Amino acid sequence: MTNSQTIQLDPTGAAARFTRPLRLSAAEDLRGYIGSHLGRAFLFMTTFLSVVAVLLIFAFVVYEALPFFFKGSWADAFARVKEFLTANNWYPQREHDPYYGALAIITGSLYVTVCSLLLAVPIGVLAAVFLSDIAPFQLRQICKPLIEILAAIPSVAYGVFAVMVVAPWMQRRLGFNTGANALNASLILAVMALPTIISVAEDALSAIGRKTREASYALGATRAETIVKVVIPAAHSGIVAAVILGMMRAIGETMVVWMASGNASRIPSPWWDLSQSIRTMTATIAGELGEVPKGSDHYYVLFAIGILLLAFTFTLNLFSEYFMAKVKRQARGG
Amino acid sequence: MKNCRTGRGAILVGIAVLLIAAGANAADKLQIDGSTTVGPIADAFAEAFKSLHPTCSITVSKTGSGDGVASLIDSRCSIAMASRFMKEAEFKNAVNNGVLPVAHVVAMDGVCVVLHPSNPVQALTTDQVRDIYAGKITNWNQVGGVNRPIVIISRDTSSGTYESFNELVMRKEKMAAGVEYVNSNPQAHARVRSTEGAIGYVGLGFLDRYVKTVKLNGVAPSRSTIARGIFPVSRPLFLFTNGYPTLGSMTHAFVTFHLTEQGQEIIESKGFVPRTEY
Repeated sequence: MTNSQTIQLDPTGAAARFTRPLRLSAAEDLRGYIGSHLGRAFLFMTTFLSVVAVLLIFAFVVYEALPFFFKGSWADAFARVKEFLTANNWYPQREHDPYYGALAIITGSLYVTVCSLLLAVPIGVLAAVFLSDIAPFQLRQICKPLIEILAAIPSVAYGVFAVMVVAPWMQRRLGFNTGANALNASLILAVMALPTIISVAEDALSAIGRKTREASYALGATRAETIVKVVIPAAHSGIVAAVILGMMRAIGETMVVWMASGNASRIPSPWWDLSQSIRTMTATIAGELGEVPKGSDHYYVLFAIGILLLAFTFTLNLFSEYFMAKVKRQARGG
Repeated sequence: MKNCRTGRGAILVGIAVLLIAAGANAADKLQIDGSTTVGPIADAFAEAFKSLHPTCSITVSKTGSGDGVASLIDSRCSIAMASRFMKEAEFKNAVNNGVLPVAHVVAMDGVCVVLHPSNPVQALTTDQVRDIYAGKITNWNQVGGVNRPIVIISRDTSSGTYESFNELVMRKEKMAAGVEYVNSNPQAHARVRSTEGAIGYVGLGFLDRYVKTVKLNGVAPSRSTIARGIFPVSRPLFLFTNGYPTLGSMTHAFVTFHLTEQGQEIIESKGFVPRTEY
């Protein structure tokens, strides 16, 4: 680095006018050193805090659930796990000889989740396709924020709507015995999952880019063929991620199912009869944890349900991360 | 807190206030333990006491009647809440421990069975209601109504209303699996109001013209029948103390608070019936 080189590279003389000395004083040096390390430590702490929060939640739930299973022998613990997962008899508040069979509650959660997805996925994906490929720019600028407002409505407002409007309507028009049932909860959950699904799927479809679409048109494909055979297959991992995120929204939702599903702990029979009341894992925890004496088996078994719920969402989250990573790889052209 | 700005004098004042407060706290500390049914009343009383006697500190923990009584026997609390009278064994235990339990009835608890207004059924017996909730009676024509399936609505199992109903009507028999659970009196009211085949139960304060009240064992629920104990689903709610509290003490004020106008208003607002009959 000689002077002559600098002058050659910088004919206007800007570097010459830059008079600040290259070497810092000791104080400046120290300040910069401390500043950068403090900043880094602060950022590390903030990130670390949320990671620790997740780990602590895991640890706490597991810690509170274990006493339900582990007291006495291993065979006893195994029997309790088996009763919890396979018996269909939930009566934990009974004073003598209570029952802890959560099968009906687990299937209840699956019922509302699957049914709400059956409703929300086709509508959500089609709406995303419309927004990304068909709608004029102006319309899209209006529609997308409006759809995202759906996500901002508090769930208790949806719950009141379900109890006061949807339930009486189902009894009057559809002739159901009770309006607080699996179908009601699924309907409302579907509406709540829509903004997530539409928004993520639309991002995935938009990320496919103009080049791919134009290449398809250049080969003589119509717009419909381009959408169905090129854009959607190309964006499939993003769409799957959208569906999984919507699923997590549905399985974790509490207030709406607590108000709309009827909370009867039984498996509908026949199995396809959605006009019957069901109960979900989240509603059970929310409804029973309030007054249950701390340290009783009933208290611990609610945390066991919490573990199941965490396991479900954790698995779903892993899948969605996997598909999201795939989307990013594709966006880079990998 | 405001005084802190004016410096050293303020600090001294602050210390003095703290000392006084600590002294008062030690004197006026009430630990209240027991029934989840009586809990809301004690909570609201404690809240009212906070504004009436700013120096007292009241802790209410809702652990269930049995735990409350046990904690009074061990002198771990000064007032025990119970939705039933003490059992013989508990009473003996208490006396052996040198605790002489005195019962104070603060309110009456009545749970009314309600139906959809279009339902022609006028009266039921408690046995019929129990059979309906246990799933043995499933259609209204079995109890003199029209041919329509019964939709059973219950409060969530952690509520005091459920506890009362479970003990006085169900006699702890298991409810059917198809029972719908709702999490508040207004929600139970809303579900019964909008469902033709519904049966539900709510506190007396939630009866109105949108739901139909039935007579139970020939008695219609009202303030008078519940306060006199004629209505079959009514029971007294107790506070127990160790001996009769010293007159003028905070404990005495607390267990007689239900006699004041404010106390009666609180009891009514929580859906219970004051003991006074007028």
